[in-house]
Amino acid sequence: MDIKLSIKNLDAYYGKTKVLHNISLDIPKNKAVAIIGPSGCGKSTFIRCLNRMHEVVGGSITGSIMMDNEELSKKDPVLLRKRVGMVFQKPNPFPTMSIFNNVAAGLRLNGIRNKKIIAPIVEKCLKQAALWDEVKDNLDDSGANLSGGQQQRLCIARTLAVDPEVILMDEPASALDPISTTKIEDLIFELKKDYTIVIVTHNMQQAARVSDYTAFFYIGELVEFDVTSKIFMSPAKKQTEDYVRGRFG
Amino acid sequence: MENKLMDSKYFFYRKKITSSIMMSLTFIAALAAIIPLIFIFYYTISKGVTYFNFNFFVAMPKPVGESGGGMANAIMGTLILIGLGGAIGIPIGILSGTYLAEFGNNKFGFLVRFMTDVLSGVPSIVVGVVAYTMIVIPMKHFSALAGGIALGILVIPTITRTTEEMIRLVPSSLREAGLALGLPKWKTTIAIVLRTAWKGIATGVLLGLSRAAGETAPLLFTALGNRFWSTNIGQPMASLTVYIYDYAKSPFEDWNQQAWTAALVLILLISILSLLFRIITRSKYKTN
Repeated sequence: MDIKLSIKNLDAYYGKTKVLHNISLDIPKNKAVAIIGPSGCGKSTFIRCLNRMHEVVGGSITGSIMMDNEELSKKDPVLLRKRVGMVFQKPNPFPTMSIFNNVAAGLRLNGIRNKKIIAPIVEKCLKQAALWDEVKDNLDDSGANLSGGQQQRLCIARTLAVDPEVILMDEPASALDPISTTKIEDLIFELKKDYTIVIVTHNMQQAARVSDYTAFFYIGELVEFDVTSKIFMSPAKKQTEDYVRGRFG
Repeated sequence: MENKLMDSKYFFYRKKITSSIMMSLTFIAALAAIIPLIFIFYYTISKGVTYFNFNFFVAMPKPVGESGGGMANAIMGTLILIGLGGAIGIPIGILSGTYLAEFGNNKFGFLVRFMTDVLSGVPSIVVGVVAYTMIVIPMKHFSALAGGIALGILVIPTITRTTEEMIRLVPSSLREAGLALGLPKWKTTIAIVLRTAWKGIATGVLLGLSRAAGETAPLLFTALGNRFWSTNIGQPMASLTVYIYDYAKSPFEDWNQQAWTAALVLILLISILSLLFRIITRSKYKTN
């Protein structure tokens, strides 16, 4: 099994406050890894370390994160983020741009202007994000007028257009209705064939449905990391079992 | 338990009466707020309409004693002066506002914010005197350039602060979305943040320019005025406001009338400017 991201002894801070303690885990290539745990346990901080967005809000880290055997901290964060895309909790399409331009934004603003190159990519990404059939006739409409679930799929398409290797998802379905949630989950299932996916979720069923591996975080520490079925069926730690059985959190 | 005091008719009516008195007061105040504008429109239109014709826009002022004539030079002059003021004030205002909103959470940002607040409180006549001392005296003559600089200085605080406020209203999730796509911070700021805040910024620019168009005091020391057609910014230049000032205080009935027309034209000019900005910045999309 290929390892895409290898995290060793990761500590993360906000100012002087330590929010992640000594996290070590390996994220395998082209698999979906779910991060579960109660609110405030550092799930979001953890995935934001993986595309160096943590430092944008004034955070810092110690320890090591390797992607394809290269140290993340030695890479240019701007170039890194093209390889490690991110989908946020709240859909955040660019309100001044059309649906087409939202998807094209990453390409256009990175200097690719030729519409002959962009248009097929936009179509492919919207198809991958299972949104094409719903928007193909109004690509010039504002992305902000779509429904919440469509907006989130638009954001996924926008992320795919930059052709990342890893996609980080921070509770991508928590603001969506059950039907949209199902669509996003099906999508993750499809996407993990080509991409490495790390998804933060509060929804245990979601973690069980979409992920191959699950990491359980509690108060900034990694309690357990294993194959998803093992975490949910026969976890090694009592804490994990209590959490997945809904006894706390 | 019944509360007799609260249920009494006396209490009920007292509440109703207090409520209607307060409502009337707010209504009267609201009315009082629009009355000055009604008077302004009434007088400028009724008194200005006499000379409001095609000639006023294309003809030059007639020499003293001759009736008729227009203010083509003053209309052009006002447009040039606003243009100069905008050319100086808009870039400085927008860029400094962007700096304050995106990078200005430090001591220097605090200082700039404080200074622009002070600058917005400086009377325009003082700005005029300063421009006079710094530009007119060394150049040894009045000039439109000096006037444009004075107006530019006056619009900076409005544009800076509006830009900052509008950029701060852009949700940080959009910045994060830009950065997460692998865009450098400067590109995210220009292509996403500024573009999202653009409408609000344009309103600030418009407010600033409208105010500049109506300034008289700083122009008296700088652009001065000109009886002739001049588009040379190194020379004195006519403007509608200075014409209004000169003509309104003149003893000639004819000139007094033209001052009203100039006022009407100035108001129209600002309205057209405002309309143009609305059209330019109109969003392609309905926003929800």
